[in-house]
Amino acid sequence: MTHSGHTPRKSPTGISGFDELTGGGLPHSRITVVLGSAGAGKTVFSLQTLVNAAARGEPGIFVAFEEDTRRIRENADSFGWKLDELEQERLLFVDAYVSPTDPMSGDFDLGGVLAQVAQQVETLGARRVVFDGIDVLLALLEGPGAARRELFRLFEWLAARDLTCILTAKAEGPDPLASPQYGYLPFMADCVILLQHALRERVSVRGIRVVKYRGSGFSENEFPVVITGEGMEVATYGRADLTHPVSSERISTGVAELDDMLDGGYFRGSSILLTGAPGVAKTTLSGSFADASCARGERVLFLSFDEPADQIVRNLSSVGLGLGRWVQEGLLDIWSLRSEARGVEEHLIEIKKRLLAFRPRALVVDPLSALAKSGGEVAAVDGSLRLLDFAKSQGITVLCTSLQEGSDPLSEQSSLQVSTIADTWFHLSYHVRGGERNRALTVVKSRGMAHSNQVREMILTRHGITLADVYSAGGDVLMGTARYEKEEEERRLAADAAAGAEERRRDLERAEAELRGRMAAMQRELAALEVQREAAGAKVQRALDEREAVVSGILRRRGAEPAREPGQADQP
Amino acid sequence: MTVAPFGREPGGAPLRLRLYVSGNAPNSLSAIRNLNAICEEHLTGPCEIEVVDVITEGLRAVQDRILVTPTLLLVDHPHVRVLGNLSDTARVLATLLPHDRSHART
Repeated sequence: MTHSGHTPRKSPTGISGFDELTGGGLPHSRITVVLGSAGAGKTVFSLQTLVNAAARGEPGIFVAFEEDTRRIRENADSFGWKLDELEQERLLFVDAYVSPTDPMSGDFDLGGVLAQVAQQVETLGARRVVFDGIDVLLALLEGPGAARRELFRLFEWLAARDLTCILTAKAEGPDPLASPQYGYLPFMADCVILLQHALRERVSVRGIRVVKYRGSGFSENEFPVVITGEGMEVATYGRADLTHPVSSERISTGVAELDDMLDGGYFRGSSILLTGAPGVAKTTLSGSFADASCARGERVLFLSFDEPADQIVRNLSSVGLGLGRWVQEGLLDIWSLRSEARGVEEHLIEIKKRLLAFRPRALVVDPLSALAKSGGEVAAVDGSLRLLDFAKSQGITVLCTSLQEGSDPLSEQSSLQVSTIADTWFHLSYHVRGGERNRALTVVKSRGMAHSNQVREMILTRHGITLADVYSAGGDVLMGTARYEKEEEERRLAADAAAGAEERRRDLERAEAELRGRMAAMQRELAALEVQREAAGAKVQRALDEREAVVSGILRRRGAEPAREPGQADQP
Repeated sequence: MTVAPFGREPGGAPLRLRLYVSGNAPNSLSAIRNLNAICEEHLTGPCEIEVVDVITEGLRAVQDRILVTPTLLLVDHPHVRVLGNLSDTARVLATLLPHDRSHART
């Protein structure tokens, strides 16, 4: 029944998450029926709504059919709701518990309660009223006909008044709407809400579902509900669109070689999954990341399931990670949780709160798979995805580890399907060969960055983690001693080659020196020959000069005589 | 002098009763009828019956913490109550009489 596209006015409940999924809260001035099994949170839901409204200045009346109002007040106090302040003028309890042992004589109706409420509404100027556990009173009536008659009376009474009303009733079974006892309630109310409470794998799990909302759209799914120290919260999925700010900034993984492998590190705000068997150094790699982040002056929330903070600090100091210093400086918050202590949803709400309070740039969850111990696989998968989504929306870089037995990460189930939404996924494994277990790191996927698909050996030293290239020999990956031996062999071959070259160099040097010696000797010889040649030359000149002089003398002596040919000189 | 079962000594202190009703609701009208009949048939002494309509006198309903209508209570012992339209006469008398000091114990 829609009012031609016009959405009814809504009254907020102030319950985190609920107002989101109903687009503003409960129908204003109308009746909302809340059904649920015992302990599903009907009283908490309705009282919290009333307290929130009163705190905003909307007075309300709480009519308690089921419990002593003193006990309800005690419960409210335990949530830290300040009833005393509100009760002066904005909140009023009407004790409407009727003991079945009270003498009864014949049929009756709800006239008394309604008269009291009418009176108080007038005195207080109340805008809201809660009838909590109406079924308790209805059960005292003679037969279902009378119960139905009184509910109609109640609805008519409310319809005549400008009150936003919550009516709660116990309804057992998997489908409370089908219960014959109050099956007609949903038809009478404008809004019907189901609260569920069940044990799944020995952990308490709560849920809320809006099954009817006259004139308004609403989300029909069941949403997880958590009752924390401050009251009820509904876990909604947040935004359906995936428009998180994407960063191209790289942040160090804490391991230089790994940074190189990933072209500089993780993307800021991305999610990283680290899977592997127990003891494969998932926590150490997480610690390296936390250490690197703190070293940049960034806050990190290190969420450790089932391992105390002190123990983590101590263990990681053995590989050269001094996390204790960051803890002292307030940059690192190592928060240990016991996985079974709460349900997944309670964990999530607490984690979300801590994130909002501490505002870290990075979150480590070690291991995320512990959530599966808190109320079942389905809830854990669902919760993990929402946690990652929330962290992304806050720009927090998340590194989760996940425990995996077995060697093939792709066949394992316990990664909580986080692998599908994780941006970077490493798998750490053991390689056993030649009586050794060595750690190997594989980048299974890494969105948006070039990455090496080669398996690397991860080595833990007193100074942290390093990665070593591994050798492939005959289709086998060599690590540990085998890798060392292979490395030694290569070193020896290289050394041999170097020695050979040196020898050859010396040979050549020797040859060169010899040649130079010979060259020097020959030059000396050459110089001597030159000197001799010059001396010989001078002799030739002198001889020529002498001959010239002789010839000239002869010619002078023969001055008067006709010149003769030298051959004819002695002719008679 | 004849003493009726559950009778009262004539001339004793009146038994003061208050009956909360809700307008003209059928149960309320029945309760008024039933209470009158009980007083006439089973009580010999004087009875003071005050009928209070919660619809017009809500404040009194609050003061006496009336939850269901009809509710019958003893004015001198307001916690002694009988809920309902008082159709079960024996139940009404069993509840009221032990608190009535002028009740004939013969």
